[in-house]
Amino acid sequence: MTTTNEPLLSVQGLEKHFPVTKGLFKRQVGAVKAVDGISFDVFKGETLGLVGESGCGKSTTGRLVTRLLEPTAGKVVFEGRDITHMRQGKLRPLRRDMQMIFQDPFSSLNPRHTVGTIVGAPYRIQGVQTENGIKRAVQDILELVGLNPEHYNRYPHEFSGGQRQRIGIARTLALKPKLIIADEPVSALDVSIQAQVVNLLEDLQNELDLTYVVIAHDLSVVRHISDRVAVMYLGKIVEIADRKSLYRVPMHPYTNALLSAVPIPDPKARAKSDRIRLTGDVPSPLNPPPACRFHTRCWKAQDICKTVEPPLEELASGHQVACHFPENAPEAATKTAATTP
Amino acid sequence: MNESAFLDVKDLKIHFSTDDGVVKSVDGLSFSLERGKTLGIVGESGSGKSVTSLGILGLHRGKNAHVSGEIWLDGEDLVTASQEHVRRLRGRKMAMIFQDPLSSMHPFYTVGDQIIEAYRIHHKVSKSVARKHAIDMLGRVGIPEPKSRVDSYPHEFSGGMRQRAMIAMALSCDPELLIADEPTTALDVTVQAQILDLMRDLQREFNSALIIITHDLGVVAELSDDILVMYAGKCIEYGSAEDIFYRPEHPYTWGLLGSMPRLDREPTERLLPVKGTPPSLINVPSGCAFHPRCPYSDLTDGQSKAEVPALAPTDPGHLVRCHLSRTQRRTLWENEVKPVLETQ
Repeated sequence: MTTTNEPLLSVQGLEKHFPVTKGLFKRQVGAVKAVDGISFDVFKGETLGLVGESGCGKSTTGRLVTRLLEPTAGKVVFEGRDITHMRQGKLRPLRRDMQMIFQDPFSSLNPRHTVGTIVGAPYRIQGVQTENGIKRAVQDILELVGLNPEHYNRYPHEFSGGQRQRIGIARTLALKPKLIIADEPVSALDVSIQAQVVNLLEDLQNELDLTYVVIAHDLSVVRHISDRVAVMYLGKIVEIADRKSLYRVPMHPYTNALLSAVPIPDPKARAKSDRIRLTGDVPSPLNPPPACRFHTRCWKAQDICKTVEPPLEELASGHQVACHFPENAPEAATKTAATTP
Repeated sequence: MNESAFLDVKDLKIHFSTDDGVVKSVDGLSFSLERGKTLGIVGESGSGKSVTSLGILGLHRGKNAHVSGEIWLDGEDLVTASQEHVRRLRGRKMAMIFQDPLSSMHPFYTVGDQIIEAYRIHHKVSKSVARKHAIDMLGRVGIPEPKSRVDSYPHEFSGGMRQRAMIAMALSCDPELLIADEPTTALDVTVQAQILDLMRDLQREFNSALIIITHDLGVVAELSDDILVMYAGKCIEYGSAEDIFYRPEHPYTWGLLGSMPRLDREPTERLLPVKGTPPSLINVPSGCAFHPRCPYSDLTDGQSKAEVPALAPTDPGHLVRCHLSRTQRRTLWENEVKPVLETQ
């Protein structure tokens, strides 16, 4: 669903370094390079999935884009306006168009507020006038996300995890935003409830013409929901492509390894021996490996990977990879029609 | 079920009295397991899977827990055995791998100390012998430089290494029964794959009986010989991994399979979730606990609301708790459910 017009959100060379300080005078002794120069565009009506292991900077990216964190460098452009260093006062009206869904439905809802207060808060803060009063508007939204509008006066603890996530989604939708950043929207939920929420997000997107950035670690959920997918590793995007080519012909060795590590719910798949197993853990972002950050765990790594950082290059149409030795090179890409390894 | 099985659980009930009523966490569960085999217990949160595992280990002797039924481990009934006796078995004969290694290891003691302690409780050996054993175990589970890492504290380990250390601790006394409760849920997918491989290799090496408890059907498919699907404290389907994945007969199992986006198939337009939410264990729905969420409960002429269905064999070794007749279930699976799942 990629459209050719101007992107709704454009991120250019975004960086976030958290300083590490020491001693009485808070001398800076280093920096956690949580996000280290990433660029991507999100077009209207599409869903961009952002995947990676914990500590790769995907959540930080979400918070930078919504300006909940101040970027160290780079640019965030929303609807053609540079919002990177916009002051809070000027930013506030923009928050209407850009909302966030949080991971944990237990800690992201105030336990002392009723559902009505929580979902109605955006109207009050933004001073939005509704036709038949705030209560009516809130009840309409509750109905939209599949909750009973009569539960207006209940408290969050009276709801199950899946219902709470729906309350969070209702709050997000209150002001009819254009862009929604969903940070692990389903990972705290049970399998059967996960599927309900994923379906709900998709229905809402079709109905309200929403644009999503979905941040998740679950590759199968991301494949289900996204139009394009970006894979992050230690603060960098290593591969970005439309869903079909990323899952069918992954080019970066890390993407291959990630896909190969997902357990397949099929007892027959157990015997397969062609799996890629990475050794070790993700290195610390405090002191990431030089050049290609994946070289310490990569089975294809050669000397050049330790000295020259591979740029993110377009190897096939709409398929960008940052690797010196990509798999499924473009010539082979058309031949390999088989499903993911 | 088999009389001489290594682990034989019969009609296990674990109820808790609370101010709001009796919570029937486990309500009449029976299964058996042989040495060298793996049983996967699947279910959503609150279905009673973790309570079952703690019950087997005898960790439910609180004032408000009522445990009844039989748990035969190698010819001994653990329900009637004295607490002291069960404590001696725990660690040596049966051990547990917990979900969250950070909160289940003591932060003040080194990883080595914690393994040494467990080992010395069950073996009369000197500290240095136990230490050697601990280093050996850490090496076996794939921790690099075990000689120096043995003196590290849990917080100095990454999540995957902590889980490895946890496995080393559980295996240090060579237990014959190993229970892993969501062993990889807290881990990243590449590390999860490493841990699953490790558990499979170690089980082969030690020939222990393994119970793996998880909500992730992918993890279960990787490891299990047999699978038990739990819902509201009861087993609703039991069978070999092939039965559950290729010939499932319970509508809830179908729902679980349909809820899951899969990487090995083409993506569908929509997922097929189970509607509604899991029931409260205090007010379990009458009759079949699944009937309010079941799309086929109308086909039973109201029976599903009135009576609890029995867990009955549909094939040798494949048990289903459902009011629908065997033919009805198979026709539904073949004609309605399977075609939709397969297009995924």
